[in-house]
Amino acid sequence: MSGVTDPLLDQVRALAGAVPDPEIPVVTLSDLGILRSVTREHEQIVVTLTPTYTGCPATEVIRGDVQLALTQAGLRDVQVRLTLSPPWTTDWISSEGRTKLRDYGIAPPGRTVHAPQAQRVAFVSREQWRSGAIPKQADATERRAPAEELACPRCGASQVECVSEYGSTPCKALYRCLRCREPFDYFKPY
Amino acid sequence: MNPSASPASAQEAKAHPARIEYVLRLGDSALILAQRLAEWCGHGPMLEEDIALTNVSLDLVGQARLLLAHAGQLEAQGRDEDALAFMRDEGAFRNWTIVELPNGDGRHDDYAFTIVRNLMVAALMVPWWTALAQSSDTTLAAIGAKSVKEAQAHLRHASQWTVRFGDGTEVSHARAQAALDRLWPYANEWWQTDMVEEQAAQSGIGPAPADLRSAWTATMQAVLAEATLKCPAASGFVSQGKHGQHSEHLGYVLAEMQSLARKHPGATW
Repeated sequence: MSGVTDPLLDQVRALAGAVPDPEIPVVTLSDLGILRSVTREHEQIVVTLTPTYTGCPATEVIRGDVQLALTQAGLRDVQVRLTLSPPWTTDWISSEGRTKLRDYGIAPPGRTVHAPQAQRVAFVSREQWRSGAIPKQADATERRAPAEELACPRCGASQVECVSEYGSTPCKALYRCLRCREPFDYFKPY
Repeated sequence: MNPSASPASAQEAKAHPARIEYVLRLGDSALILAQRLAEWCGHGPMLEEDIALTNVSLDLVGQARLLLAHAGQLEAQGRDEDALAFMRDEGAFRNWTIVELPNGDGRHDDYAFTIVRNLMVAALMVPWWTALAQSSDTTLAAIGAKSVKEAQAHLRHASQWTVRFGDGTEVSHARAQAALDRLWPYANEWWQTDMVEEQAAQSGIGPAPADLRSAWTATMQAVLAEATLKCPAASGFVSQGKHGQHSEHLGYVLAEMQSLARKHPGATW
């Protein structure tokens, strides 16, 4: 955690960050923002990743891919960890990642309306729970997907319609462009 | 399989039995609903909905894995998420009865019944996960902060279909209302607070579901009004799934879910 740069950690960060996502191979773990940290604990290097969706089957694959990439580079004593907190959000996808997604035919996610905050309090009273006075992450009655910044990745038109909120992977919805009539995947804000 | 979250501290190794029960109720309920929704795989009324329900199911499996892994760490008897999911019998399951009911009347699958149940559960889980994000149990807090985003999507999906059914044709309206009338009394299980929930609420682990009743009712009323469905009258029926007393349906769910793992213990693929 000191300001001194560690060339080995930089190397590990570059190697792990360059691993492609198994489902959407045009983007890397670094683009997606799921590579949380690379640190040294005693003599061991610890790579920390954050899963996207809790049930995403790619998580185990990603973990194996990172381990493999580092092993192939001759780094053996590496531990790959998963951390849930703070929870991953699509807001962490880099602008480079967004461009790559669009070029690949997937509309990148709009900004989430309520960015999740990892707030910690030791105790919440029942009165607070009952009254809903605790910080809300989102309005429970909000039932429409935010569609800000959503445009067809092919022709750029913003006149689009949702075909299904669930698509080929947990993170994507299926949309259709009303101008060029092409269907496309939309990476849902999460 | 999934170490995730934070490792169990020494304090957690001696967790109070009530706390383990509280986590098991959440984990088992997510798991059994996931299994019910997975039954729609390949049978959905349309391709998009087939995919939607299996995606919702996948989210619930993910939540169940985290919760059961945590319960295993808390009880500190060497049981992991798989041991808890596949090696316990029905009397040891702590899921609410509502999630184990068949996807219809037991003979025919009914999409309205499936959707209305998802609505009732998601309308509870959104405030529940939101509250758990503030839990004094840091692992539960992490799971809550993550799962609330998924529950919001589940609520949105179920709400949209409830409105479409209720405010749709005569047939879809009648089936949605019939599903609601059948399912509504099973919510009573949430409002009967027992010692497990009382202790969780007192110690800042998480809310008793009864604490979330007004939030749940507000969400349900808003959706039902838009769907032109009638809120059923209150009833005295209280199911007992969270105490391990289940309907006749859970055994069949477990038989299908567990048979492979029990026949080939430790098998991998």
